[in-house]
Amino acid sequence: MKYLELSYLDVGLAAALIIINGVISIALGLKLGRLLLLASVRTILQLLLIGLVLESVFSLDKWYAVLGVLLVMTIIAGISAVGRTERRFRGAYIDSLIAVSCSSWIVAAYALLAIMRDIQPWYQPQYAIPLTGMILGNSLNGISLGMNRLTEQLATHRDQVEAMLTLGATRWEAARNSVRQAVHTGMIPIINAMMVVGIVSLPGMMTGQLLSGVSPLQAVRYQIVIMFLIATATALGTVGVVLLSYGRLFNADHQFLDTLISKTGNKGKGQ
Amino acid sequence: MTKANSISLLEVRGVGRREPNRDNWLLRDIALNFEGGSRLAIVGPTGSGKTLLMRALARLDAIDAGEILWKGSPICGDAVPHFRREAIYLHQRPALFEGTVEDNLRLPFTLGSHRDREFSREIVYSLLAKVNRAESFLEQSARDLSGGEAQIVALLRAIQLQPAVLMLDEPTAALDDASTKMIEQLVSDWCDKSSSERAFVWVSHDKQQVGRLVAQVMVMSDGRLAAEADQRREQLP
Repeated sequence: MKYLELSYLDVGLAAALIIINGVISIALGLKLGRLLLLASVRTILQLLLIGLVLESVFSLDKWYAVLGVLLVMTIIAGISAVGRTERRFRGAYIDSLIAVSCSSWIVAAYALLAIMRDIQPWYQPQYAIPLTGMILGNSLNGISLGMNRLTEQLATHRDQVEAMLTLGATRWEAARNSVRQAVHTGMIPIINAMMVVGIVSLPGMMTGQLLSGVSPLQAVRYQIVIMFLIATATALGTVGVVLLSYGRLFNADHQFLDTLISKTGNKGKGQ
Repeated sequence: MTKANSISLLEVRGVGRREPNRDNWLLRDIALNFEGGSRLAIVGPTGSGKTLLMRALARLDAIDAGEILWKGSPICGDAVPHFRREAIYLHQRPALFEGTVEDNLRLPFTLGSHRDREFSREIVYSLLAKVNRAESFLEQSARDLSGGEAQIVALLRAIQLQPAVLMLDEPTAALDDASTKMIEQLVSDWCDKSSSERAFVWVSHDKQQVGRLVAQVMVMSDGRLAAEADQRREQLP
């Protein structure tokens, strides 16, 4: 495996390109200068910081260090998923954390222990961290979209949901349509991505492997594996969070607890 | 409300409901014994708790005190959909679904609690005749209906199920006189058909309507319900 090592000078040469953005901002009076500077500094600092953390975790090579990093990533994913939704309800964070951790960790465990079973030890950070990270990122997206759609559907169709209940529907019968649409919404992005992968663009992981000298066919195999892993995690995460949310928003007496749902002011950025 | 040979349907004992996360009561010490043949009107100023009471009776909202019994048994858990099959709540704003009028009328029969029943065109045609609508009305899109027509469809959807109790929350508040009369007539006819086993409670602001329809009036004020003294009204002929 061969690849060109980048120096900080090389990174600086790339960073200098941001000047073009700055010129555009000044020329068109966009007033984005300060934001561009902040975004550039954050990009450099955040990535350097995670680079340092990963460097130390890689060199430590201990299972608890790897699990610690994965745990932090999972918690951030669970919180971020709710942060993108337009409406919230009490218990949304717990539901999101349960859904993101169960879906991602089950699929990551299958990947590390069954598909990549020859890795020794199983927690090798070189595999465990990027794989779980990609799974988490996509599961988060599905969870966020699913939760957003469910609460939106139930809140905007409250009269219909209650009309069903007043006619003798069970809570499941009254919510089924909204649940179905929410799961559909959560799963569509990954299905779309699977339809165009390799045609419209090369996925990030595959690009990274190609840059680091891995043969294209081997990089493609990795990419196929990861696509199926994230599709499964997204489906599990979306179904999980939608069912958990349904369980909170309807009680055992077949009542719709719509007062639990509140608006956040977000515009449902779950994507 | 007690009548000879009438059966006890809905019994409300000391029901109360608090404002969520606060101490003040929205409904307090509500007591009602609703029997076959009851024709009750609830009147009261806006914000007095009439709709909250109706929602509590339909078990759409949780209550914080007291109990509601259906034919002597508490209504909780999986008994709730079966209770709602027999005691139907009709909202002021009719909620119809995508599709035709017939699709809306057929919808209840897709639910588990009505599995033992079938949609009957004969029953629907006889109901349509009462509201001066031709059979072709069934093919109209629910989206194209006027407010009055939508409320009529919502009421037909409930009445075709032959419930024992109807809980009507200002169903004619936003409707014209013609639609109002049709809805009153439909409810009255439905109740008369088996008057010892059927009952309705009607929330209304319209004193004349109350006079036309009901036998007893109760007044809601600050979340409390009280009988209006000597308010025996004559029913429609």
